[in-house]
Amino acid sequence: MSEYFQDYVAVAAFAAFGVLLVALTLGITYLVRPSNPTREKVSTYECGVDAVGEGWNQTFIRYYIFGLLFVLFDVEAVFIFPWAIKAEELGLPGAIAIIVFILTLLEGLLYAVRKGVLRWE
Amino acid sequence: MSLELTFWWLLAIKLAVAAAVVPVIGMVIGYAEMKLSAHMQSRVGPYFAGGRFGWAQLIADGVKFIQKEDIIPEKADRPVFKWAPALVMLGTMALLVIVPLHPSSRYGIVRDLEVGIFYALAISSVSTIGVLMAGWSSANKYSMIGGLRAAGQLIAYELPLVLATVGVVIQAGTMSMQGIVSAQVAQGWPFALTQFIGFAIFMIATLAELTRLPFDMPIAESELVMGYVTEYSGFRFLFFFLAEFANMFSMSVIAATLFLGGYGLWGINPETLLSPIILFAKVGVLVFLMIWLRWTLPRLREDQLQTLAWKWLIPISILNIIVTAVLKVVI
Repeated sequence: MSEYFQDYVAVAAFAAFGVLLVALTLGITYLVRPSNPTREKVSTYECGVDAVGEGWNQTFIRYYIFGLLFVLFDVEAVFIFPWAIKAEELGLPGAIAIIVFILTLLEGLLYAVRKGVLRWE
Repeated sequence: MSLELTFWWLLAIKLAVAAAVVPVIGMVIGYAEMKLSAHMQSRVGPYFAGGRFGWAQLIADGVKFIQKEDIIPEKADRPVFKWAPALVMLGTMALLVIVPLHPSSRYGIVRDLEVGIFYALAISSVSTIGVLMAGWSSANKYSMIGGLRAAGQLIAYELPLVLATVGVVIQAGTMSMQGIVSAQVAQGWPFALTQFIGFAIFMIATLAELTRLPFDMPIAESELVMGYVTEYSGFRFLFFFLAEFANMFSMSVIAATLFLGGYGLWGINPETLLSPIILFAKVGVLVFLMIWLRWTLPRLREDQLQTLAWKWLIPISILNIIVTAVLKVVI
């Protein structure tokens, strides 16, 4: 197997092992632990009183605009890394190009702040 | 070390070591947390388990957790509820792949991935999906709000975390963990001297990613009972905390590697077996710092958390990148 695929196999093995660890431990503790679910035990916990309404109530998710901005900036970060590795070779032209790119996004963030979409209320 | 193992044997050995090390890390950091909190806040607590220093307390806790009933609420979304801790552990274990302990590329690290630091930042977000799953599937209002807060927090602090590392990548010219350490060993000083802004932002963002105080809104005992773990019990509950401690370790290793020179120390040949000890000493300092902050700072408010990330940390880290880029090219 080539070195290239060994990286993938190692990552996949460790990830699978994380899941396996949970499955195995829970499997072993299954032999020891009691299992006696009563109505009170399996009811939704709400500080002792009976739960009011559904657990999946509609809630106002305040940060969907944060989410959109996050996608923008995360993609930006992906573009910065390839340049960062070759920063020395690319020299001044590369630096100017990436600074213009970053400043454009910084301006976008400034616009969002001035527009008031980053207020959490 | 002249023994040449095949790839599969080596991988199996490394998996076995990781399996043994993760619970040990959990216990060491858990014990440190307990003792330090006791000294910082006069929480006398369990001082007597095991005779002296309460050393047996965590073992007793472990035995207790094994015997606890595994309760799944009747309204919960069962498969999602059951698999959420597994996904959290998946991210935790996969993060250990790029932990560099020694310059030997075969024995000192599981795999020295070419995209090292980039992989670490990506895989550390997987745990948050597990947290969101746990929060949603519990069918409990506290859990739901906790899970949503965790997602919002990840969104806000992933960016400063990523952007803070760019400065190091510019200086080292590589994303590989071993490459970053050897760049620092070669130049003789750690990147923290030039990237101190990046280091500070990285540590703040790490605390937020780990949802530790002062950024523990997803759990926030006084507001949300226990946040996304409210409905969990027994070993499933324990896995969330094991993952938190193991992630504390991994993120501290990454911070030490990027900014403090990893296993390298001025005047000491990194090829010796002293390297892992040096690394663990640095990690110990960072973990102590995290515990110290946890027990001395109050919790931020949710809007303060978001403001700090979006209006301060992200612009500052972007300016840090620009300054680093200019200095790198000009000098």
